[in-house]
Amino acid sequence: MKTQITLAQQEFVARQKKRRRLVGVGRIFLLAAILALWEASARLGLINDFIFSSPSRIGLCFYGMALDGSIFLHTGITILETLLSFFLVVLLGIVGAVLLWSSRTVSEILDPYLVMLNSLPKSALAPILIVWLGNNMKTIIVAAVSVAVFGSILTLHNGFTSVDPDQVKLIYSLGGNRFDVLKKVLLPGSVPLIISNMKVNIGLCLVGVIIGEFLSAQAGLGYLIIYGSQVFKRAHKHIFSKRECFIC
Amino acid sequence: MIPKLQVKDLSYSYHTMDGETEALSDISFEVSAGEFLAVVGPSGCGKSTLLSLICGLIKPDSGEVLLDGHSVSGVEAGIGYMLQKDHLFEWRTIFSNAALGLEIQKKLTNEGKKRVSDLLSVYGLESFADSRPSELSGGMRQRAALIRTLALQPDLLLLDEPFSALDYQTRLSVCDDISTIIRGRKKTAVLITHDLSEAVSVADRILILTRRPGRIKGILTMDFADKSLSPLKRRNCPEFSKYFNEVWRILEQPGGVL
Repeated sequence: MKTQITLAQQEFVARQKKRRRLVGVGRIFLLAAILALWEASARLGLINDFIFSSPSRIGLCFYGMALDGSIFLHTGITILETLLSFFLVVLLGIVGAVLLWSSRTVSEILDPYLVMLNSLPKSALAPILIVWLGNNMKTIIVAAVSVAVFGSILTLHNGFTSVDPDQVKLIYSLGGNRFDVLKKVLLPGSVPLIISNMKVNIGLCLVGVIIGEFLSAQAGLGYLIIYGSQVFKRAHKHIFSKRECFIC
Repeated sequence: MIPKLQVKDLSYSYHTMDGETEALSDISFEVSAGEFLAVVGPSGCGKSTLLSLICGLIKPDSGEVLLDGHSVSGVEAGIGYMLQKDHLFEWRTIFSNAALGLEIQKKLTNEGKKRVSDLLSVYGLESFADSRPSELSGGMRQRAALIRTLALQPDLLLLDEPFSALDYQTRLSVCDDISTIIRGRKKTAVLITHDLSEAVSVADRILILTRRPGRIKGILTMDFADKSLSPLKRRNCPEFSKYFNEVWRILEQPGGVL
């Protein structure tokens, strides 16, 4: 249809490409500028590098830990815990939402409790979990699950109940029952919702795992952060905070 | 001969915390096999409720619905229901959408699958069997929805304003298309509509309901000289405007049962 690209179109494309390049360069430049400023301030003594550390010290520390392999162990454990709790949250979220959907009475009874549990500060719960479950990975996983699971159930249940009632009517008119509604309409129709919910949950799970590791762990990034701050090795702490950013 | 569908003294009320709303009151009529009945009435007169009752989706407060002389309780296999929108699921192909009813009733045998493919090819959707609903036009989607209903081989079709979601031009041709298919298969049909000209062009008889609570205000037989006319052709007949005006007149009559 269109063989000739007009001059205006070419100019538009060129302008857009130039803008995208600018965005890419700008991002890298900003990172470099922050690191340079940080390093320079530490070297020039504008900030106390014992408290604030510096990029070069973080780099050296990372190099050292990479050589003895300890950084991979800790990162691996944190990732493992995060994934484990993430799958549990997804599973419990879907099962919980389906159970709530299956009985309106039960869902109305439980609703205020779920809202309350969801708004509860989970980091406050973590010390109690240690007493209950012990100083181990179980505590960390339960802490991480508790951060994300209630919100997940509420969001999914909300999605389930806002399904078009005519789609439900269609299933009934074809001779289906409530289970068919779940199988044919609710679950397949909620896939986009479940995926967007999963995106939120993976972040929340990492937060929960780190909280758990702060309090009860022998390994993991959260453990390293606490360990680092206790032995006053700022470089440690910074490096792991960064690492968490990258995992996300 | 036993009529295909008998509705006897049907009444139904909706209940909410704010009170009771009487939707239908003392509805009685019969539809004989192969007949096309249209139901018209002001909006909110309980037309859709009537279909839900006939289909067995809800239970009447009093009265009963008989299909082939047997009382309808719960959803019957012999009744097909077409809703206002096609409700084809985007996560299914056209074929598996059309086979949904069979799948739910656990009748998706090789024979069932063949029936669905045959229907798709008879009604020109063969090449779209593996397409997603969003790739089809509004008229083709409504055809696919009809095939989903026909695949269950119902004797009685309930149509709840199945064309009202379409734009006017599509609506005329889809209405023509669907009703020709239904007549061609000699199915009995009850069509709910608020479009009077649609009712006159499609139906053998028109049932006119009053304002809420819906009661029967009148029943009008469409007696066209040529019985085999398609809805679009009927619109050009001299009788068309006569019946249209007649339906209009009955609807406008203040209150009272005819």
